[in-house]
Amino acid sequence: MKSFVVRAVLAGALAIAASAASAQTLNTIKQRGVLNCGSNGTLAGFGLPDSQGRWTGLDVDFCKALAAAIFNDVTKVKFVPLNTKDRFTALQSGEVDVLARNTTWTSSRDTSLGLNFSVVNYFDGQGFMVRKSLKLNSALELGDAAVCVQQGTTTELNLADYFRANKMKLKTVTFATATEALKAYDAGRCDAYTTDASGLAGERLRLAQIDDHIILPEIISKEPLGPAVRHGDDQWFDIVKWTHYAMVNAEELGITQANVDDQKKSDNPDIKRLLGTEGKHGEGLGLSDDWAYRIIKQVGNYGEAFERNVGQGSTLKIARGLNALWNKGGLQFAPSVR
Amino acid sequence: MSDIATTTDAELMEGPAFVRGQPLAPLPPPIKEGGAVGWMRKNLFSGVLNIALTIVCAALIVWIVPPLIKFLVIDAVWNGSGRADCLQQPGQPEIGACWAYVFDKISFFTYGFYPIGERWRVDVFFALLTIGVGWMAWLNAPRRDICMIYFFIVLPAASLILLLGWPPIGLPKVATTQWGGVLVTVVVASVGIVFSLPIGIVLALGRRSKMPAVRLFSVMFIEFVRGVPLITVLFMASVMLPLFVPDTWSPDKLLRALVGVSLFAAAYMAEVVRAGLQAIPKGQFEGAMAVGLGYWQTMRFIVLPQALKITIPNIVNTTIGLFKDTTLVFIVGIFDFLMTVEAGRGDPAWATPVTSTTGYAFAAIFYLVFCYGMSRYARFVEARLAAGDRR
Amino acid sequence: MAAVEPTRPKAPLIYNPQACSIAYQVLLCAAIVFLAWSAIHNAAENLARAKIASGFGFWDNTAGFDISQTLIQYATTSSYGRAFWVGLINTLLVAALGIVLATILGFLIGIARLSKNWLLSRMASFYVETIRNIPLLLQLLFWYNAVLKALPGIRESLAIPGGGFLNNRGLFLPQPIFESGSGIALVALAAGIAASIAYAVWAKRRQMATGRQAPVLWVGLGLMVVMPLAVLALSGFPVTFNYPEAGRFNIRGGIEILPEFMALLFGLSIYTAAFIAEVVRAGITSVVKGQTEAAYSLGLRPGATLRLVVIPQAMRVIIPPLTSQYLNITKNSTLAVAIGYPDLVQIFAGTVLNQTGQAVEVIVITMAVYLTISLVTSGLMNLYNRRISLVER
Repeated sequence: MKSFVVRAVLAGALAIAASAASAQTLNTIKQRGVLNCGSNGTLAGFGLPDSQGRWTGLDVDFCKALAAAIFNDVTKVKFVPLNTKDRFTALQSGEVDVLARNTTWTSSRDTSLGLNFSVVNYFDGQGFMVRKSLKLNSALELGDAAVCVQQGTTTELNLADYFRANKMKLKTVTFATATEALKAYDAGRCDAYTTDASGLAGERLRLAQIDDHIILPEIISKEPLGPAVRHGDDQWFDIVKWTHYAMVNAEELGITQANVDDQKKSDNPDIKRLLGTEGKHGEGLGLSDDWAYRIIKQVGNYGEAFERNVGQGSTLKIARGLNALWNKGGLQFAPSVR
Repeated sequence: MSDIATTTDAELMEGPAFVRGQPLAPLPPPIKEGGAVGWMRKNLFSGVLNIALTIVCAALIVWIVPPLIKFLVIDAVWNGSGRADCLQQPGQPEIGACWAYVFDKISFFTYGFYPIGERWRVDVFFALLTIGVGWMAWLNAPRRDICMIYFFIVLPAASLILLLGWPPIGLPKVATTQWGGVLVTVVVASVGIVFSLPIGIVLALGRRSKMPAVRLFSVMFIEFVRGVPLITVLFMASVMLPLFVPDTWSPDKLLRALVGVSLFAAAYMAEVVRAGLQAIPKGQFEGAMAVGLGYWQTMRFIVLPQALKITIPNIVNTTIGLFKDTTLVFIVGIFDFLMTVEAGRGDPAWATPVTSTTGYAFAAIFYLVFCYGMSRYARFVEARLAAGDRR
Repeated sequence: MAAVEPTRPKAPLIYNPQACSIAYQVLLCAAIVFLAWSAIHNAAENLARAKIASGFGFWDNTAGFDISQTLIQYATTSSYGRAFWVGLINTLLVAALGIVLATILGFLIGIARLSKNWLLSRMASFYVETIRNIPLLLQLLFWYNAVLKALPGIRESLAIPGGGFLNNRGLFLPQPIFESGSGIALVALAAGIAASIAYAVWAKRRQMATGRQAPVLWVGLGLMVVMPLAVLALSGFPVTFNYPEAGRFNIRGGIEILPEFMALLFGLSIYTAAFIAEVVRAGITSVVKGQTEAAYSLGLRPGATLRLVVIPQAMRVIIPPLTSQYLNITKNSTLAVAIGYPDLVQIFAGTVLNQTGQAVEVIVITMAVYLTISLVTSGLMNLYNRRISLVER
């Protein structure tokens, strides 16, 4: 009898819930009072909590910027650590609002997984790490080597493609998580460890003897990493896109976290439009007009976030390279606020 | 009579062939059966095969035990603040277990990422749970009926408020993503038990029901769940469940794992309870019917109390299995105790050749103590029940 | 004459047990159908709204990833379907070998627990109590990392007599290559197997009729092992070995046994052996002592008593729980994900699920596979059980 009652109640609840129309993402977030951000959780420089549970990283800063734009409060974001296996399901099912987890933009992911990749917040490529003692100079000398790799990534596919294209024999050893793959490499199970070059820099720091390992010069793939959102909510898609563009524009215009209050008084029309002192550029996004000001005030511009998390201000010390602004030889280019 | 009287000494000496003329030499004293030597002779060296077995076993023990003790105790490092203390140095040629690492990480192993200021809540939860389990396990305890209410209603509610937080009474919210370590292991195991037992009883009754539809669904559920590995059930709970509910619901990651574990354990629990139900003689049902009890009354007052009593050992054994199976929640990215040990293994600050082994040894001792304790308890209950039946 | 029909008092329908029963069942069916319908409806809606691809079209798409252990032809250009079969065969391989090893070890330990030798029985029960109470996952992690850490690196490989190598990349053994002419040996092997079966049948029939026993084991071994070897020798050993040798990075050639495979196999066998030992002990103790005493009084030796009297009876008790232990090995082999052995779950529910993103289809197929294995095995066991169960008069 009890089971019938329970089942009936459950069924009724399901019916009520099913009839409720699915709300717009932004409204849902505002009602909930917190942004759910899918993040990595184990990758230094992109998304990693310390032992007190404070999150840092480039992707983490991106979510904080979103929270700043929506709530004017960077603490109103909950980071959900996701592994490669459950990251897309978490976004599809609505468990997270945005997936900022160094995820590579590919056509199949963009079209058949129900996702939209918004922007590229880090241009990356796949590299190899090997032991110094092997005395290798190039990835082309890796024929017949055993390579440790994480499963379910584009990395795994690129690796197989690269070896096939160069007619080299490959022995892949696949692990469910990056941590397991790295540990196995460290224990001597594989000759090489492969992942995105930015990841290699971060993972190398976790090895027992950092100086025994080098990163080979070859970059074997294009890995545009960026935040993704669900299909079907254009407003939310725009907010995510423009959060990144605002940070890039701010760097281009020389607006930093420190000088943003002074810049508010600037006469430069580009700056005025970006910081919301002229025009109503927040309206279309469903945000207040000073949304970009909030981002820069609380998180900083793109360059600041980059240097703080992966660049010279961090332990990773990655050069800007492709991620420099378009006018400084890189690929980061943002449409202007107009 | 006269024959004997007339028999001469000489005749006695010669005598018939089958009569012994001389007393036998005394037999050697019997082999000593008591004492240490006798015991060893009987139990260890009673034949060629046994002697060989004893020697092989002794060699095995000598091969395994001293190095193990040397590693775990004698060469172990008890104090230290970083990897340097657990590396080979001139003063420490042999390094055993690096217990300093365990001491340093113990709060991470226990609480995971739970906010430091709020960790007292976890301690209170552990205390409440200990009271509940102790009360349940003590068979002569007073008011065990209240205990059932406490264990199945009060404790879950109190724990929920305590661990998740409830701002109106001043407990800030703590997201389940911050839970970890022993806390998660204990939560998963106890939620598994608290939910799987009632569901399992319902399923077991359903399987023995006279209604074909009820029986069919119960059998299908039980056989389906028992036929697939726990990992796939967890996968299903983790990646398929969110698709099966309306998109406005987004069940918490831990909650999904709990649903998976509870349903999985319920199917096994159902089979255990069914075995207990089958052991109840038919006369009990007939007697209950004769005094006019309905189905639920019969079950509630006559059958279940007897059936559950005799299944206690098996319920405890299922609990042990469940406790060990909690380690599998790592597959959906939840930091249980074993995963925190795995994560600690990768910490560069403690990267030494013995760190992994120490972590595993610590985890093994933890699980061994709890599981062995539970299995001893199951055997104690079994013995006590057997004593009751002997009368 | 109007007979007075005894009229029952009309009870309301609600007190009619039959009506109640039907009502309950209809309610239950309705609730379950509704739940299933709403789940499917939600899934379809969620998938359609998110424009997630669905269906089994992905099966023939190119997989594009590499697998470390493939027993059937597989390349990165093969399809997802092929990857599925590779994973399934890897699962079956580790499960089958695990079953063999765990059975041998479990029987030895189970019998050792009943040994009169105090030391032996104590050690056996210590083994059982320890191994049963530590989670399998922990044991696997320990084995994997212990195997990895304890073995030497690739440059300091241990050479195994006969041309093999052992290092932290695995175990490398010479691979026999049968050249033309070895077909005769294969024919001889087949003939040997057939002949030994025939001999066993004949021996059994004769024993039934006359009570005389025949050395079935020795004759069988001779027919199945010695005869093919002799034929092989006569034809001049047309077998060559592909010896493993050190390459630039790895060892090339030969048979490669992955450390992941070894760790999983050892872990599963050692863990399950502890449970099988308990099953065996319970089975043997269930045979009453009178049986043994009766056998002795008929003049059977202890060995023959065990083989002919005790074990056949114990098997009746042992077989059902033993089956569930075998199924447990198969199900527990999914823990391969934790240590990177490419079994069905690792390849299919791991990599393929990730590359295609089609969670529902992939998980449904995976569960169906394990369910099929379980149901088929328990079905066969029920048949066998019915055959050997006591015929009561």
